[in-house]
Amino acid sequence: MTTIARPQPGLPRAYRFPEFDRRTLPNGMRLIIAPVHKLPVVSIIAVVEAGATSDPRGQEGLAQLTARALVEGTTTLNGVELTERLEGIGSSIEPSTDWDHVSASTTVLTARARTALQLLGEVLMSPAFPEREIERLKRERLAELMQQRAEPRGLADEMFSRFLYGTESRYAEPEGGNEQSVGALVRADVTAFHEQRYRPGTTLLVIAGDISIPDAEQMVEETFGMWTGSALAPALVQDRPARQTRGVHLVAKADAPQSELRVGHVGVPRLHPDYFSLVIMNAILGGLFSSRINLNLREVHAYTYGAFSAYDWRRGAGPFVVSTAVKSDVTEGAVREVVHEIERMRESKPTTEELSLATSYLDGVFPIRYETTAAIAGALASMAVYGLPNDYFDRYRERIRAVTADDVLAAARAHLHPGQLQITVVGDPWVVRAPLERLELAAMTVYDTDGTPLR
Amino acid sequence: MQIPIETYRLPNGLRVSLSEDHTAPLVAVNLWYHVGSANEREGRTGFAHLFEHMLFQGSAHVEANEHFELIQRAGGTLNGSTWLDRTNYFETVPSNQLALALWLEADRMGQLLPAMTQQKLDTQRDVVKNERRWSVDNQPYGTWWERLPALAFPTGHPFHHSLIGSMEDLNEARLEDVAQFFATYYTPDNAVLSIAGDFECSEARALVQQFFGGIPKGRGKPPLPSMAVPDRFGTWHRETVPDAVVLARLFLAFRIPPFGSEGHEAASIAGAVLGLKRGSRLHRTLVRERQVAAELSAFTFDLTKGCDLLVLDVTARPEISGDMLEEEVAREVDVFREGGVTQEEVDRAIALIETSLLVSMQAAGDRADKLSLFATYFGDPSIVNEQVDRYRAVTRHRVEAFAQAYLGDDNRASLLYVPRDPALEAEAHAEMAATSR
Repeated sequence: MTTIARPQPGLPRAYRFPEFDRRTLPNGMRLIIAPVHKLPVVSIIAVVEAGATSDPRGQEGLAQLTARALVEGTTTLNGVELTERLEGIGSSIEPSTDWDHVSASTTVLTARARTALQLLGEVLMSPAFPEREIERLKRERLAELMQQRAEPRGLADEMFSRFLYGTESRYAEPEGGNEQSVGALVRADVTAFHEQRYRPGTTLLVIAGDISIPDAEQMVEETFGMWTGSALAPALVQDRPARQTRGVHLVAKADAPQSELRVGHVGVPRLHPDYFSLVIMNAILGGLFSSRINLNLREVHAYTYGAFSAYDWRRGAGPFVVSTAVKSDVTEGAVREVVHEIERMRESKPTTEELSLATSYLDGVFPIRYETTAAIAGALASMAVYGLPNDYFDRYRERIRAVTADDVLAAARAHLHPGQLQITVVGDPWVVRAPLERLELAAMTVYDTDGTPLR
Repeated sequence: MQIPIETYRLPNGLRVSLSEDHTAPLVAVNLWYHVGSANEREGRTGFAHLFEHMLFQGSAHVEANEHFELIQRAGGTLNGSTWLDRTNYFETVPSNQLALALWLEADRMGQLLPAMTQQKLDTQRDVVKNERRWSVDNQPYGTWWERLPALAFPTGHPFHHSLIGSMEDLNEARLEDVAQFFATYYTPDNAVLSIAGDFECSEARALVQQFFGGIPKGRGKPPLPSMAVPDRFGTWHRETVPDAVVLARLFLAFRIPPFGSEGHEAASIAGAVLGLKRGSRLHRTLVRERQVAAELSAFTFDLTKGCDLLVLDVTARPEISGDMLEEEVAREVDVFREGGVTQEEVDRAIALIETSLLVSMQAAGDRADKLSLFATYFGDPSIVNEQVDRYRAVTRHRVEAFAQAYLGDDNRASLLYVPRDPALEAEAHAEMAATSR
C-alpha cells in the first residue's frame, strides 16, 4: 500500500460569532436578541438573579425549590394545563438553578415562539405556587438527596464542597439544600423569595434563532412590558476556604471497587484578570484528553477511565478540582500522581507543544461550540450575567492565542496551592486507608456517608 | 426540513454520503462499521468495545493517542462509541482540516495492525476494566444495561450478553483476536462514511478516493446467527435484584416492532404518551397525583434486527416498595391499553418529537451520524429527510392498535432493583464504625 503523506490544512475560513442586539427595557429588564437564520427554531432563555447564593441562611434550597415550583401552575393555568399548553407546541420549560442564577429556557419552532414566550412570561411573573406541589417538590428533593448519598460520584462532589468551604459559606452546602434546610421550607418562604428576587431589574432575556430584532422586541414588549417592581440587592457571596492547610478526607464506602477522588482547593472568581491564562493552564494540566493528568493516570498508569481538572467558574471563587475514579488498590498511587502533577505545573513553563495544543484547540474549536441556537443563547447569557463587553466573543480567540508560556507559569504559581489541597476520597476504607496514611500528605479524617467523622 | 444528500459507493464497497452546508466553517466526518457486541464470539464479551479503544492507539502512520491530539490540535472534537450492532467514529473539525480527518480515518481503516502491540492492548484492557467499574460496578443500578438485554433476549441471541464485557472475558483478549477482528469487520465494504458541513462535494469525492480508494475490499464477514425472536415475550419475565440502592427502580420492557418498520413509529408515539416529559401519562399519575414515583422516563433501544424494545424506567419514592411500584406502573399501562389515547395526547407526542428532530439537525456531527445510521441499517441515507413526516402520519388508531397488540401482560420483562436488606446494611455500618479509629 502506498504511503500518503499527512495532509496539510487548507486556508482557514473566517468565522464570526453571530451579531446581537443588547438593550435594557424601560422597566429594567435586559434583553439580547441574536437573529440566526439557519433552521426554523428559536431558543429563549430567561436568566434571573435568584440562584442558590440568594438563599437566606438556614433556608438552603429555597432558590431551587422556587425555581422548580415556577412550572407547577400560574394564576391563569393550573399545572396540568400549563404543561399541556407548552408540550402541545413541542416545548418544555425545566428551570435550572446554579449558584448565581436561575435559568428557564425553551427551544421551539419559529411559528411557536410567540406562544412559548407568553407562557414563559406567565411562569416567571405570575406563578401560583400551589401548596400541594410545593410539598411534593420538597419530597422529590429529599429522594434526590438519598440517591446522591448512595451514589459515589454525587457523594464525592457533595463532600468535597463541604470540606473545602467554611461553614459561613453558602458554597459548603449543596445548591439544592440539605434535608434540614429543605424540610423546613413552607409556601410562604417561596412566595416571599419570588416577590423579592423575580423582578424586571434582575431578569435577562436572551432570544437566539430564526427571528428578526423588531419581531423579538415586539413579542417581549407584549409579554413583559407591564412587569414592574424592584428587587432586593443581590446577595454577597462568602467564598473563604474552611482551612489554609492541606487535608485528607476519607468517606468510607464499604466494598467499593473504585475510589472517587476529588483533589483541589478554592479557585478564583470568573472575572479574575488571569482568566485566560488559567483556562490555558487548566487545559494543559487536566482539561484536554492529552493533558498531563489524563495521560499520566489513564494512559501511562491505567489507573482510570478518565481524569480531568476544572475550574468551576462562579461570581465568587468556585473550586479548582481534579476529578477521577480509580481502582481501589491504586488509590494511593493516583493521589500521589495528581499531587505531583499539580506541583510540577508550578515548577517550569509548559513546553511549546503543550502550549500550542491548548491554544490551537481552544482557538480552532470556537465555531464548533456555537452550532445550535441553544448554545448561542447560553453563551450570550453568560456574557451578560458576568457583565462582559459586547466584543467578548469577537476577541475571545485572539486573547486565547495571546497567552504565553510565561503567563501559564505565572498563573500556576499564583493560583495553584499544593499546600492547601483538600483530598477527598470516597472509597473502601479496608483497602485505601492504610496506603493513604503512608503517603503522609496531611492529617486524615474518616467519615461515614452522612459526613459524620468516625472515631 | 430537507438537507441535500449525495450518495455513492466506491469499488471497494465503501458507501459514502455527502451533505453540504456552508453556514459555518466546520465539517463533520462520521464512520459507521457494521459490527458491535452482537458479533462477539463466546468467551470474548466486551471485545468490540475494547477494539474501539484500540482504534485510538495509532496506525501505520499515527502514534498512540496521536489521533486525539492531531484532531484537538486542529481545533476539532472527536470520539467513538460501541453499540450492540455497530461501532462509530466521528470528528468535527474546522472545514480547512477535512483532509486530515479523512486521512486519519483511512489510515486506521487500511493499516491499523502495524501499530498494534501487546502493551497497548494491556493498557486499554485496564482502561476498559476501569470504565466498567465506573459505569457498572460502582454505580447504583449500574448493572441494568447488562441485565435488561439478558432478560429480554434468550441465551445465545447476539443481543443477550454484556456490551462492556465481563472481567474474565476481557482478561482473555489476545493480540491475535485484534488482528482477526480487524480483518473480518474493519473493511470498506462493511463501513459507511458520511460527511456533513462546509465542503464542496467534488473536493470531498477526490479526497475520499485518494485516501480510501486503495483499501482492499474485505473477504466477507460471517453472518450473524438468526436474530429472529417471537414478536412478543409470550409471558411476563421477572428479575429482582437486591442492590446497594436506597430507592426501588423498575425497568419494564416490551418487545416492539423493529426500528424502521411502520409499527415502530406508533410504538415511539405510545412511549412518548406514556413517559416523555411532565405531560406524559405516567408522570401525571405516578409522580404528580399518586406520588409513588420520584422520576421516570420512556425510551426505545432502536434496534433494527429481530425486534426492538420499549422501556419504561421508573424510580420509586422512598416509602414505596418494588412490588408496589411494579403494580402501579402495570396498572397505568393497562389503563392506557384498555382505555385508548386522545388525539391531544398523540398531537403532543408528535409535537415534542418533531421539535427534538429539528433541533438535532443543527449540529453537523448529528446530521452526519444520522446519515450513517440510515445508510447502514436501511441502505438509504435520505430517510433522514422523511423522519418528521413519518411521525406526523401516525394516527390515534395506530397507537391504540399497537397498545392492544404489544402492551399486554403476555409481553413484559421486569427488571426490578430493590434496596438490600436494611437490617443487614445497618449491621455492616455499625461494625465499620466500631472498627474505624
